[in-house]
Amino acid sequence: MSDPTTVGAAELRERIARRELSSVEATRAYLDRIARRDGRLHAFLHVDEEGALARAAAIDAALARGEAPGPLAGVPVALKDIFVTRGIPTTCGSRILAGWVPPYDGTAATRLRAAGAVLLGKLNMDEFAMGSSNENSAFGPTRNPWDLQRVPGGSSGGSAAAVAASLCALALGTDTGGSIRQPASLCGVVGIKPTYGRVSRYGVIAFASSLDQVGPLGRGVADCALALEVIAGHDPRDATSLPAPVPRYRDAAGRGVRGLRVGVPTEYFGAGLDPEVAAAVTAAIESLRAAGAAVVSVSLPHTEYAIAAYYLICTAEASSNLARYDGVRYGLRVERPTLQGTYRATRAAGFGPEVKRRIMLGTYALRAGYYDEYYRKAQCVRTLVREDFRRAFERCDLLATPTSPLPAFRLGEKVADPLAMYLCDAYTTSCNLAGLPGMSLPCGFTAAGLPVGLQLLGRPLEEETIFRAAFAYEAAAPGSARRPPDPDALTGAAGAAGTAGAAPAATAAEPT
Amino acid sequence: MTPPVVYEAVIGLEVHAQLLTRSKIFSGSSTEFGAPPNTHVDPVCLGLPGVLPVLNRAAVDCALRLALATGCTVRRRTRFARKHYFYPDLPKGYQISQYEEPIAEHGAVDFEVGGQARRGRLRRIHLEEDAGKNVHRGTTSLVDFNRAGVPLVEIVSEPDLRSADEAAGFMRTLRQLVRWLGICDGNLEEGSLRCDANVSLRPRGRAEYGVKTELKNINSFKFVRDAVAHEIARQEAVLRDGAAVVAETRLWDADRGRSAAMRSKEEAHDYRYFPEPDLPPLVIDEAWLAAAQGQLPDLPSARCARFVADYGLPPGDAATLTAERDLSDYFEAAACAHGDGRTVAHWVLGEVLRALKRTGAAATAAPVGPLQLAGLCDLVRDGTISGKIAKEVFAHMVTTGRGAGAVVAELGLARLSDPAALEAACRAAVAGNPRQVAQYRAGKTKVLGFFVGEVMKATRGQADPAVVNDILRRLLDAP
Amino acid sequence: MAITRDEVLETALLARLELAPEEIPALQADLAAILGYVATLAALDTAGVEPTTHAVPLDCPLRDDVTAPHLAHDEALRAAPAADEGCFVVPAIIGGDAPEGER
Repeated sequence: MSDPTTVGAAELRERIARRELSSVEATRAYLDRIARRDGRLHAFLHVDEEGALARAAAIDAALARGEAPGPLAGVPVALKDIFVTRGIPTTCGSRILAGWVPPYDGTAATRLRAAGAVLLGKLNMDEFAMGSSNENSAFGPTRNPWDLQRVPGGSSGGSAAAVAASLCALALGTDTGGSIRQPASLCGVVGIKPTYGRVSRYGVIAFASSLDQVGPLGRGVADCALALEVIAGHDPRDATSLPAPVPRYRDAAGRGVRGLRVGVPTEYFGAGLDPEVAAAVTAAIESLRAAGAAVVSVSLPHTEYAIAAYYLICTAEASSNLARYDGVRYGLRVERPTLQGTYRATRAAGFGPEVKRRIMLGTYALRAGYYDEYYRKAQCVRTLVREDFRRAFERCDLLATPTSPLPAFRLGEKVADPLAMYLCDAYTTSCNLAGLPGMSLPCGFTAAGLPVGLQLLGRPLEEETIFRAAFAYEAAAPGSARRPPDPDALTGAAGAAGTAGAAPAATAAEPT
Repeated sequence: MTPPVVYEAVIGLEVHAQLLTRSKIFSGSSTEFGAPPNTHVDPVCLGLPGVLPVLNRAAVDCALRLALATGCTVRRRTRFARKHYFYPDLPKGYQISQYEEPIAEHGAVDFEVGGQARRGRLRRIHLEEDAGKNVHRGTTSLVDFNRAGVPLVEIVSEPDLRSADEAAGFMRTLRQLVRWLGICDGNLEEGSLRCDANVSLRPRGRAEYGVKTELKNINSFKFVRDAVAHEIARQEAVLRDGAAVVAETRLWDADRGRSAAMRSKEEAHDYRYFPEPDLPPLVIDEAWLAAAQGQLPDLPSARCARFVADYGLPPGDAATLTAERDLSDYFEAAACAHGDGRTVAHWVLGEVLRALKRTGAAATAAPVGPLQLAGLCDLVRDGTISGKIAKEVFAHMVTTGRGAGAVVAELGLARLSDPAALEAACRAAVAGNPRQVAQYRAGKTKVLGFFVGEVMKATRGQADPAVVNDILRRLLDAP
Repeated sequence: MAITRDEVLETALLARLELAPEEIPALQADLAAILGYVATLAALDTAGVEPTTHAVPLDCPLRDDVTAPHLAHDEALRAAPAADEGCFVVPAIIGGDAPEGER
C-alpha cells in the first residue's frame, strides 16, 4: 500500500487487522518520518525505536497466529510526556524529572498496550502542563507544523504537532484549562477533553487534580472516538474515576444533527476574538444548522470570571502537587550542606520560570488567612460557572464556540506577559471548571493558512452528543482539515526558526 | 499579705494511633512492622509522580469503632484535606489528613484516678496517613518509607485534664480501649500509639487559658506522667519568677528527665490546608453506621460492672480481668463453664496470669485454655482433688497441655477417700506412735491432728482428711 | 493588588524556592499583576454559594483491605539521588528542619 502515515488511526487499524500491511511497516514509516522531520518540529522528547519495532513485530506475530486484533492493534501512537510509562523516560517537560525512568505504568499506557497500540515515544509539552504555547518546555519548544515560526499551542503542543505532521497516528494529551483543545485548534487536528472522571488520571503527572483530564488527539473524529473507547471507563486506582459504562462513540457517526439544539453563548464572541476565527466558527455553526441542527443563543454570564477562578484553583493545586519534587526519592538534586538549602536549591534549579510563578501564586493563595479570599472564593465562582452551564443546557444539547480567540501566534510573542498568555485560555477554562466534555475540531483556515478550531461542549458524560455533531460537521465540511506542508517545503522556515531566538541547538540542527 | 497564687494545670492530649489494617490507608503495601527498610513500599506510598490515593475501607471501620465507643457524633459526610510541609519522610510534601470536616467529634473517655471518676472529652477524631521514618547518621539522615501510608487516627482531647496523673490515666484508658476494640496494638515504645501533650497553667479560678507549650516524644506511660509533671513544674517556676511562658514545642528527654525547646529556625510554617481533590467526600450511610454499631463489643467499663454484678467479684479484680479484652473473654468462658465466677477469678488472677507472663503467651493462646481451667475447678469442687493438689495439676497442665482429668489420672493424684484403703495407713500411724496414743487417751485429744498429719505425709497429701479423721477417732477411742 | 517584597520572600520560603536576587522584583511584579487580575472575583457576591471542590459529584470509593505486591527494593531506590543501607539519604535533619508542631 501507499504511505501508511497518510491515514488516521481508525483506518490504519483496519488495514493492519486485514493484514493489508504489517504493524512493523507502519511503525517503520512513522519512525522514518520522525527521523526526517522532527528535528525541526521538536514534537518528541523521546523516541523508543527499539521498543516500538519489537512491539509491532509482536503484534504482527499475534495477528499471524490468528489472534483477534485489539481495537488499536499495531497502530503507532505517542504519549504526551506527562503519562507515566514503565521503563521509558518520563519528564513532564521539566528539568526536575530529567532522566527519571518510572517503575510503573499509568492506566493510559496499560490500556493502550492492552488494545494493541505501538508506543513510538513521548511528546513535548509545557513544563508540568503549565502553558499555552509549549514555550515552557525545559527541553525547547515545539513548533507549529503549519508555520514553524509559530507556536503549536499548549500544553499538549507536542501531541497536536505530532498528529498534525503525521509523526504518529494518534496521540494522548491532557487538558487542565484547554491543553488538548487549544493546541488541537492551533494545529488543525481533533482533540477531545472528556468529562472529568471519564478517563483515569492514575499515572498522569498531576498539575491541578480537580481539573486535569486525559484525552486523545487525532487527525479525524473517528480516530478520537476509537481512542476514547479504549482509554475511557472506570479505574479503581482513581477515586475520582466515574463508574459509568462507555458507549461505542464511533456509532455516533452518520446519525446526523437533525433535532440537536446547538447553543451559541454570546459571551464567547465578544472583544478579543480574532475576526477570522469568528468568521470560520460562525460558518461552521451555519453548516451545523444547514445539516438540520437548531441553533439557539444562550448566555453564560460568569464567563468573564472563569480565567481568574481557574488560575487561582490551578495554581493552588499545582503548588501542592509539585511539593513532592524535593530531590529525595527521584529526579534532580542540587546538594547543599543543609536539608533546607538542598530543597530550595533543587527546586530553584529544577523548575522553570512559569512553574515557579504558579507555585508562588498557589502557595500565596493557600496561606492561612488568604484561603477564603482566594481558593474558596474561586471554588464558589466555580459553582456559579457550573450553574451557568446547567441552565444553558436546559435550552440546548450542545454548545458551539471558538476554541481559541486567536490562531497560532509567533514564538516569543507572549512569553514576556504571563497574563496575556493566560487570556489565550478564555474559551477553554470554563469547561474544566464545570467538568464538562469539550472537543476542538478543525473548521477552516485563516487567510495566512493557519488552522481554526471549533469547540463543542456537552453535558457531563454526553461525549456521544459531541461526537455525533463532530462526525456530522466533518462529513459536511471535508476540506476543514488538511495535512500541513512538509517542514522542508516551508521556505525559509529553518532560517526563521534559527532567528526566533528561543530555538535550542537540537531544534535548529535539522537532519536532511 | 496576699496568699501566693495557686496555679491550675490545663492539659489536652493529641494521640496518634496506628490502625491494625493489613494494607496501608491509600494503597496495597503491607503495614507489617519490622521489615527491612523500603521493602513495604509501592508507587503510591512513595509519592511517585502520577499516583493517586484510594481509601482503605478497614481504616474507616476502625475509626468508626473508636468513634462509637467514645460516644462521638459521626459525621455522615466527611472530607479529606492536604496538610503541607516539607520533611524528608513525607513523600508528597503533604499529608492526607482531615481538617474542616473530621469523621467524628464530641466524644469522651471516662477514666479513674485514685478511685475518682474523671471524664476527658474528645474534640475530634480524624483519619490520616503516617509518614516514613528518618534515622540520623552523622552528617546525613536515612529515610525509610515502610511506615509511610500506615493508617492513623488522631484523637484530640479537650483541655479537660488537670494533672499529670489525669493525663496518664486518660492515656491508659484510651490505650485499653483501642486494644479492646482491636484497632491498635497500643505499643507506645514501638510508636504504634503516640502522645503529644499541650500544657498550660492558669491561676485557679480563672477562666481564660494561659500560654501553652506542646510536648512531644512521649513514648511510655511513665513518660506521660513524668513529662507533664515536669512541664507543670517548669511553667510554674517561670510564672513565679514573673516571666512569661513561651508558646513552643518541647521534646521530652526521658534520659535526663527534662524537656528542651525544639530549635525553631526562621522557617515559616503554614500548613496551607485545602480539600483533597483526589478523594471525593466520604459518605457514611445508615447501614454502615448500624453495622459498625452492631459489631461493637461491650466496652471494658460495662463488662467490668457486669463482672461485679454477675459473678460477685470485687471491683478491683473485675477491673484487672477487664484490662484486656482477651483476658476478660478467657475469664468469662471459664466462669460460664465452671459456674462459680469467684473461684475462676481467683485462678485467672493467680496461676493463669503467672503462666501467661512466664510463657509470654496471649490469653487467646493460653497454655491452659478456659475450658481446661473450668475442668480443674470442677475437680476441686467435687472433691476429686484438693486445692493444694490442684496447683500441682495446673503446673502439669501448663507443661503437657493435657486436661485436668488426664493429669490427675496419670499421676495418680486423685484424693484417697476409700476407708478400706486408708485403714492400713491409720493403723500404722497409731502403732508407730505409742507416746502420742497415750497422750490422746489421757484426754489430750488435740494430738489427733498429729496423727492426721502422719497419714497425709504417708499418702503424699492425697488422703481425704475427713475420712482419715473418722478412722483415727475410731482406732484411738477404742479401748 | 500590591504584594510586598517580604511577602514574596515568605512565600518562596514556604514553597522551598531559592530566588536569585534578580528574580525577586520580576516575580513581585508578575504576582502583583496576576493578583490584580484575580481580584476581579471580589466583585462577585458569593454569599450562600457552596464551593465546588469536585467537578463531578461522586462519593469516595473504598478499597478492600488486601495487600498488593510491593515495588522491588532496587526499583524503589533506583531513581534516588543518594541511597545507602537500603534507605534514601538526605543531608542531616536538624531540629529546626522539623515543621513547628509536627514532630
